[in-house]
Amino acid sequence: MIDDAAFSDPARERKIFVSRLLIAIFLAFVLGLVVIARYVDLQLTRYQDFATHADNNRMHVRPAPPSRGLIYDRNGELLADNRPTYILTIVRERSDNLSELLGTIGSLIEISDNDIKRFEKRLTRRKPYEQTPLKYDLTEQERGILAVNGYLLDGAEVSARLMRFYPDGELFGHAIGYVGRINERESQTIDGIKYSGTDSIGKIGLEKFYESQLLGEVGTEHVETNARGRVMRILDNRDPVPGSNLTLYLDSRLQRVAHKAFEGERGALVAIDVKTGGILAMVSAPGYDPNLFVSGISQKNYDSLLNSPDRPLFDRTIRGQYPPGSTIKPLFGLIGLHSKTISMDYVIDDPGYFIMEGIERPWRDHNSKRGGHGKGVDLAEAIIESCDVFFYKMSIKTGIDLLSRYSEQFGLGQITGIDMPGERSGIMPSRVWKKGARGQSWFNGDTINTSIGQGFMLATPLQLAVMTARIASRGDTVVPKLVKSINGIEVTRDEIAEPMNISEEHWDYIHKAMSDVVHSTRGTAKGISRGLSYKIAGKTGTAQVISINAEEEYDSSKIDKSQWDHALFVAFAPAEDPQIAIGLIVENGEHGSSAAAPIARMVMDMYMKSKAGSHQSSGGAN
Amino acid sequence: MHRDDFVRRMQSPGGDKQSGRSLHIDLPLLVMLILVCCAGLVVLYSASGQNMFYVKRQALLMLVGFGVMFGVAQFPVRFWERWSFLLYGVGLISLLAVLFFGVGAKGAQRWLDLGFTRFQPSELMKVAVPMMVSAYLGKRYIPPAFGHVLMVLAITVIPVFLVVRQPDLGTALLILASGFFVIFLAGLRKRYLLSAFLLVIAAIPTFWLFVMRDYQKQRVLTLLSPEDDKLGAGWNIIQSTTAIGSGGWSGKGWTLGTQSQLNFLPESHTDFIIAVLAEEFGLMGVLALCTLYTLLISRCIMIALNSQSQFGRMIAGSLTLTFLTYVFVNMSMVSGILPVVGVPLPFISYGGTAIVTLFLGFGILMAISTEPKRIRTTL
Repeated sequence: MIDDAAFSDPARERKIFVSRLLIAIFLAFVLGLVVIARYVDLQLTRYQDFATHADNNRMHVRPAPPSRGLIYDRNGELLADNRPTYILTIVRERSDNLSELLGTIGSLIEISDNDIKRFEKRLTRRKPYEQTPLKYDLTEQERGILAVNGYLLDGAEVSARLMRFYPDGELFGHAIGYVGRINERESQTIDGIKYSGTDSIGKIGLEKFYESQLLGEVGTEHVETNARGRVMRILDNRDPVPGSNLTLYLDSRLQRVAHKAFEGERGALVAIDVKTGGILAMVSAPGYDPNLFVSGISQKNYDSLLNSPDRPLFDRTIRGQYPPGSTIKPLFGLIGLHSKTISMDYVIDDPGYFIMEGIERPWRDHNSKRGGHGKGVDLAEAIIESCDVFFYKMSIKTGIDLLSRYSEQFGLGQITGIDMPGERSGIMPSRVWKKGARGQSWFNGDTINTSIGQGFMLATPLQLAVMTARIASRGDTVVPKLVKSINGIEVTRDEIAEPMNISEEHWDYIHKAMSDVVHSTRGTAKGISRGLSYKIAGKTGTAQVISINAEEEYDSSKIDKSQWDHALFVAFAPAEDPQIAIGLIVENGEHGSSAAAPIARMVMDMYMKSKAGSHQSSGGAN
Repeated sequence: MHRDDFVRRMQSPGGDKQSGRSLHIDLPLLVMLILVCCAGLVVLYSASGQNMFYVKRQALLMLVGFGVMFGVAQFPVRFWERWSFLLYGVGLISLLAVLFFGVGAKGAQRWLDLGFTRFQPSELMKVAVPMMVSAYLGKRYIPPAFGHVLMVLAITVIPVFLVVRQPDLGTALLILASGFFVIFLAGLRKRYLLSAFLLVIAAIPTFWLFVMRDYQKQRVLTLLSPEDDKLGAGWNIIQSTTAIGSGGWSGKGWTLGTQSQLNFLPESHTDFIIAVLAEEFGLMGVLALCTLYTLLISRCIMIALNSQSQFGRMIAGSLTLTFLTYVFVNMSMVSGILPVVGVPLPFISYGGTAIVTLFLGFGILMAISTEPKRIRTTL
């Protein structure tokens, strides 16, 4: 090959080179300007967009759920607490492969099929980037395992959460109710913002009624996360406002006594402070442990509660509607006196049955041996000995219209307005009611049935307690309520006090008769008067579960216990200065005197004792 | 005796005032290289998640690089011109070896395992190809004749083809460019330039259909609309433009870039390191780096212009333009102007062979710069 360089022209070579280099430099300059322009565009013109985008990348607003308000009894005993528990949550968006992640977690700690099933259900109705709980109540050991293996678990996070805890378990179950996981139906009605970060809601009882006060206000937490979603630090937060604390009128000492008294029985008791309407005790037996519901009750537990023949989930105090039986008699007697359809001197002869003209079938007196209460039975005796025939006759004289109208003023046939959800109104029958409900006219026979609290008439234990409290307070419109104060501020409610204008004479008469039910030797509840240091005024009752033919004798030994009569008792004490009123029922307890009255006595004893103790004075005891 | 050899012995009568000349050091170039390297280490510390391991390793490689540069500078330009073919040959053989014995990662086979270290022959070719072309053309008529052009084409295209097979499209294109720069500077006639341009246009469809792999096509498509695949291929572009844009004028501060520190930015210490710089030091930082690069390149251009030989001119010019291309391509791909090809940002990106090759090139530039001045005589 020829060496061209030997003939080359260095000057020309250089000239060409320089011109070419200049072209290249010019091109490079233009391209350089393009690049610089691009950076200027990104960093100056579109700075705001990208700065926002970068912040969105790293910053996530996490809700800081408020702690739920606590619930105390009147003495400051904690009834509903919040306990820290650890839960394992997963953010779907942060996990590359969800099933793989679940598999990894499953190999580290125990995850039941049920956990997975519920997790998947929650997954379908969560918000994007929301932590979805997989497992609750992690043990310390499980937390340790998860922490050590954290690098394998992108998308999963263990977080501490406060969970509702009811220290007394079953004791206040029905009254306080419980919180549970927000279900699909609820999630459509609640304000999603208020509940962000909160996954439980009051389901029943006070927890439901006072949900808005107990909930509190959600706070926010701006957190910085890396590309994998791990929280690196908290940038800024607005603290949540804890829910309001409730202080109840409930006295756990009375509650305990009542609860214990109902052991093995089905029934309900409501004790009311006559002066304030505050509920002192509220027991529906059997009960259930509300703690079971907090993190989601298992299907098995739920089924066993739901299918139990004793119906533990049923709150008998406000939803159980029973015939009030003879417990209604003092009220009807009072209505008779007040409406002047009978007088205090009015007496009847009781042969043990009552025959109304035109009706073949006689009405039996359930509370007397054959032969009846004899001649000259007045209202007081009819109450003390629970004479049915007196009320049959008196009710015909008074008429259903007056009985019904005045009964409503004592809270029958309508909800009492207690601060609990789901209250039933019972039935105070009337002509209008029967026409509406049954499409039939009212007959005198209906009045007779009603006069002893049977027939169409139904009342809840709460209504019986309210009725008794209104009798005890001589006509004050006592409105029952559970919550005494919210965050220390007394709850006041407008009470529509319609003066009943019943004469003191009549009140005295009825109070005396009720007192004699317990304290006279002929009284149906005389059994509870032994050793009593104060006076109880009461009235026993028995409610038929099955109807018995007039000719037949009720004989408990011949029928199944589930068909035995319900035993009822209403009472207030001290008789001369009423402070506490009680309405109670023992299902299939047979007789108010033997099954129901002793429970009232126990609760009242405790009330008087605690009263004496707290006042350090002579108090109610004499 | 060759004319150049004769001339070299004739020192200028006034003596050499530049003290570096005897050591074959171009002081301005050295100062600027040190500045760029220091800037690189500072950014790397932050980009690697404040990991001193990377910084120490990079610093060590830079020291090795400076050593290579000084070493190379000690040999006369003539030496490099003469032995270019050997360097090119070694490069070509190792490229072939890579095809058969190479190791690599992520589906690409780019490395040769030499036992004590890993070596990337394609990096060597970035210097060897322009040297070979310069040496070849340095002895030929200018502008090059058709046969010479064909020869240059062969010298360039063979290694490019081998690198494409690895596959490493970015490096292949850079090697192609480096070869082209030489022949362009040598005064390639306009008609060749035009036909080359038309050929490239015509080749694009063929290239797309037969040469490019799916992931490479994906990168191009991603560039056109990164939003289509936010979490997949588009992620890199979205995150890097976000990092750059959110830096604003003055940046978020050193080690305080959220995009890079929280791992939103991919490859933050290697190819995408400019995004870290842009995020943490803002446009000011970007402009400062560009200024530094401009000064460096200006010095290189001066060296090329002052070169005594045609070989020196062409190789200096080509290396300078290649260097410029690195900077341009890297800054463009990270900011979303060009598709993502694996081109590191010179002296800033973390990476072994690339750094050493760069210094090899600058060593040759220093050799050219410190060449004894020939008395310009027109014989």
